[in-house]
Amino acid sequence: MTIADGPALPKLIGERVKRREDPRLIQGQATYVDDIKLPGMLHLAFKRSDIAHGVITRIDTSAAAAMDGVELVITGTELADHLGPMPIGTPFPAPDHFSVATDKVRYVGEPVAVVVAEDRYIARDAADAIEVEYDELPAVVDPEAAMEADSATLHEGFERNIAVESYWGGTGVNPETAQPEDDSAVDAAFAEADVVVSQRMLNQRLAPNAMEPRGVVAQYEPGREYLTVWSATQNPHILRTLVAAMMGLGEHQVRAVAPEVGGGFGCKINIYGEEYVAAALSRLVKAPVKWIEDRTEAFLTTTHGRDLLGYIDLAAKSDGTITGLKARIIADIGAYEVLLTAMIPTLTGLMMNGVYRLPVVRHELTEVFTNKTPTDAYRGAGRPEGLYFLERAVDMVARELDMDPAEIRRKNFVPADEFPFATQSGLVYDSGNYEPCLDKALEVADWQGLLAERDAARAEGRIVGVGLSFYVEVCGLGPSAVVPTGGWEHSGVTVERGGKVTATTGASPHGQGNETTFAQMLADHFSIPLEDITILHGDTGVVKQGIGTFGSRSQAVGGAALISAAGKAGDKMKQFAAAMMTDQEVSPEDLVFEDGRIQVEGAPEVSKTFAEVADYAYVPVPLPPGMEPGVSEEAFFEPENNTYPFGCHISMVEVDRDTGETKLLKLIAVDDCGNVINPLIVDGQVHGGLAQGIGQAMFEEVVYDEDGQPVTASFMDYVMPRAADLPVFELDRTVTPTPINPLGAKGVGEAGTIGSTPCVVNAAVDALAPFGVTHIEMPLRPERMWRIINEGEGGQS
Amino acid sequence: MIPTAFEYRRAGSVAEALSLLQEGGPEAKLLAGGHSLIPMMKQRLAEPGLLIDIGGLDELRGIQEDGGEIAIGAAVTHAEIAASDLLRDQAPIVAETAANIGDAQVRNRGTIGGSLAHADPGADLPAVMVALDATIALLGPNGERKVQAEDFFQDILTVDLAEDEIVTGVCFQACRSAAYAKLEQRASKFALVGVAAALSLDGGTCSSARVAVTGASSHAQRLSGVEGALAGASLPDGAGDAASGAGDALDFVNEDLHGSEEYRRAMTAVFARRAIEAAAGRG
Repeated sequence: MTIADGPALPKLIGERVKRREDPRLIQGQATYVDDIKLPGMLHLAFKRSDIAHGVITRIDTSAAAAMDGVELVITGTELADHLGPMPIGTPFPAPDHFSVATDKVRYVGEPVAVVVAEDRYIARDAADAIEVEYDELPAVVDPEAAMEADSATLHEGFERNIAVESYWGGTGVNPETAQPEDDSAVDAAFAEADVVVSQRMLNQRLAPNAMEPRGVVAQYEPGREYLTVWSATQNPHILRTLVAAMMGLGEHQVRAVAPEVGGGFGCKINIYGEEYVAAALSRLVKAPVKWIEDRTEAFLTTTHGRDLLGYIDLAAKSDGTITGLKARIIADIGAYEVLLTAMIPTLTGLMMNGVYRLPVVRHELTEVFTNKTPTDAYRGAGRPEGLYFLERAVDMVARELDMDPAEIRRKNFVPADEFPFATQSGLVYDSGNYEPCLDKALEVADWQGLLAERDAARAEGRIVGVGLSFYVEVCGLGPSAVVPTGGWEHSGVTVERGGKVTATTGASPHGQGNETTFAQMLADHFSIPLEDITILHGDTGVVKQGIGTFGSRSQAVGGAALISAAGKAGDKMKQFAAAMMTDQEVSPEDLVFEDGRIQVEGAPEVSKTFAEVADYAYVPVPLPPGMEPGVSEEAFFEPENNTYPFGCHISMVEVDRDTGETKLLKLIAVDDCGNVINPLIVDGQVHGGLAQGIGQAMFEEVVYDEDGQPVTASFMDYVMPRAADLPVFELDRTVTPTPINPLGAKGVGEAGTIGSTPCVVNAAVDALAPFGVTHIEMPLRPERMWRIINEGEGGQS
Repeated sequence: MIPTAFEYRRAGSVAEALSLLQEGGPEAKLLAGGHSLIPMMKQRLAEPGLLIDIGGLDELRGIQEDGGEIAIGAAVTHAEIAASDLLRDQAPIVAETAANIGDAQVRNRGTIGGSLAHADPGADLPAVMVALDATIALLGPNGERKVQAEDFFQDILTVDLAEDEIVTGVCFQACRSAAYAKLEQRASKFALVGVAAALSLDGGTCSSARVAVTGASSHAQRLSGVEGALAGASLPDGAGDAASGAGDALDFVNEDLHGSEEYRRAMTAVFARRAIEAAAGRG
């Protein structure tokens, strides 16, 4: 018998445990793709189009090829012998898209040729030495003009530049035909409404701007016919699948590694041409190759986000009851469909039900090609756009009816007793309890106090406004029915000799803190110290299976897989422990993990230490009948539905009357993401999301000129939010667990970007309402605000 | 983000820098803080064949005061200017302006000489130097030359500086009643519009003034209409009137994504007023 004498271990779930990842990240001890240096490694540089639209008439690579240190120069046409068109991950029709353009270029930055050279410097000089001539074509820049009959077209077979059209609405969509069965209810709702607001709104194009740009190292070993790809990606397993397919290899011949990844925000979900090119050229030149994106390339070629134009109509009764929504949405998706391009705007319509009982909805979506960088997911991916449109429109109705913005929302909430709630768009919200969240936000913000403060400021001649938004979003992507890659996640848990634990997760983090939260969960599960746990991720050679990290799925899907694997490992540990205590007639079912021991519940004297049992598992003499040695278990978790977190954001802004500059004075965010594993990390996720959502509202915009030339391709012109632009955020939360996974956690990675944007714009409109505006387009540029103030004052005088 | 190949030489003295400049001819560029030049080289907008590093030369460093005249060496960084007790006391406009240039990295590397010689249309210090009626000291093969700041700045990125000359420093009379106010271009932190005002005050009355704008136009320049209107004006109440026509008088006004011509003209008046009020507040 062993009497355990270890210290009591406090439970860690729910504690503000500091991120274990951070010391190495902030001390320069982490390994990013650019830190990987292989013997004999060569370097790639891409010659890129400097025009938006044109036919390639001539490429002269001779000068580049003749330069010392240049191993290979290859054009798109030549490369097409090695790489076919790139795969996409959506079921929509898509034009061929080659890694390197073969005949036509369709956006500034599109690759037209590639150099392989001894170092980056030679590679770049050689790329500059490539001469390309084009027959220039008219640039398609405005997505509405793109659909006119007289517009130039980007792709053969896509008339009027339309990539995708979808329509649903009315009282129900026939699942057989996907056509609305009866649309008259929508028109009737609008005909009978007491108030209808109609607004054209732009949810502008953004550049994700991860701190670490993209990068790839590819090493093809001809001898063993094996490819290793290191890439700054959010999903190494998807990378493995797609690179293998493009290279004509099996997945068993490819290892994909996402080492430390410095932010993704959705733009590192897509598998890019540069990744395929690196793999193909490594095989061609029989050497490892590296490509690291520079910041200019990041602005030009890493997928952009958003860029949705909405024509939104919202109908309501005079008491504020919302009776119908019409949304006609035009998505400017840029020049090509990449991995998830066409799917992202569909999420906008799906989520435009918001937190309300909307009796009828009509949704029209058109996705349009233009001569711009392709779009894909960007933090929130479709939900910020939809919730922005909806929450702006709800605010407009409130203003029209002179209703408090909080009360109109309260009046239309889906009641707590109606969950699970089926929306008009066919989603089923798992759980929700909106009113307490609204009440808490109003209390934290002191809403009545804020209104009084605003009115007092106005009386002094200041321009001050307050705004509120209430969002619901969709997290925990899967399930597999809606995620083309599969919507599950995988995890492995191994109890090592000595009682330490190594776990793997397919949810490959790039800032989410999984090494901390997952360790907290295992520490509690096995009742062992956090330091005894290592979480491995990001390497398909180590993590057997996985999908990746996007759609706020790490915890809700990846965490659930981890707990499932831990459960299996724990069961086996208990079986070994019971085998060690046969003389005491202990059954595995009686055992619990407690302070580093496996003990009979309530009887710590009948126990073995976790370490002893682990050692026994690997030298099991005798081996209990029917058991295999060792403890290394794995699990897949397939969610049966998504999770639907929600929250209420409140803000206060002041506009400088002289200059139009907007200052964000306050931002209060009360988010409900279900059960919380680590409040510190959740707060951090909310902070980052808020900064990006506020960035969209106030500062950020990718702008192209009429020739399709980007005019915001550097940090000298693209305005990022900075710490000094932001107030001290006031955060709080309510907790409504999800029944979809055993953790009750919903996900929080994107929440901040979804609630804050409409909240801040609502406050800005409130501030300038005395000047006669009901809507202001983002970003809240000083000149835009200044014009409203001046024209408003001019109009009134 | 990779420049074309270039040669790098660290000059041991100003004299050596001058001879390297002559040797290098049009291919040569002086490097001090490098916070304008290096980004341009990385984007291959500038492709000098020879960089002559003068950033560490003691001869170009130091902030001194002598009989009311303050001299700042060309290689003094913005951070050093911002932290200078001498400047904070005797020419607070200079220290404050430097403290709000770019970000900490730019201030720690960027130099006053580099800022003046590069003459970005949105740079802050040129307007301040014009308002202070500063003298810019240049050294060339034929010896020293002094140019008044208002004559030094000629056009966009164009100054009265020969290819074989080096800016060695700047000097101006101590002045407390001067201030600079700017509307930041929020991405770059350059001035969308910045106005510097230096006033001679007699109680609440302005006896004379020098006012200069940056950001609005191709280069830093005086706002002579505002200066005229300020003579005899009672401050701060008269600041708005004196400044009201500031923007309209400009011949050429920049226009870009961050501000139209109309907006920049209007902001010139706003920031002229703010600068004058702040300067008067110091009187």
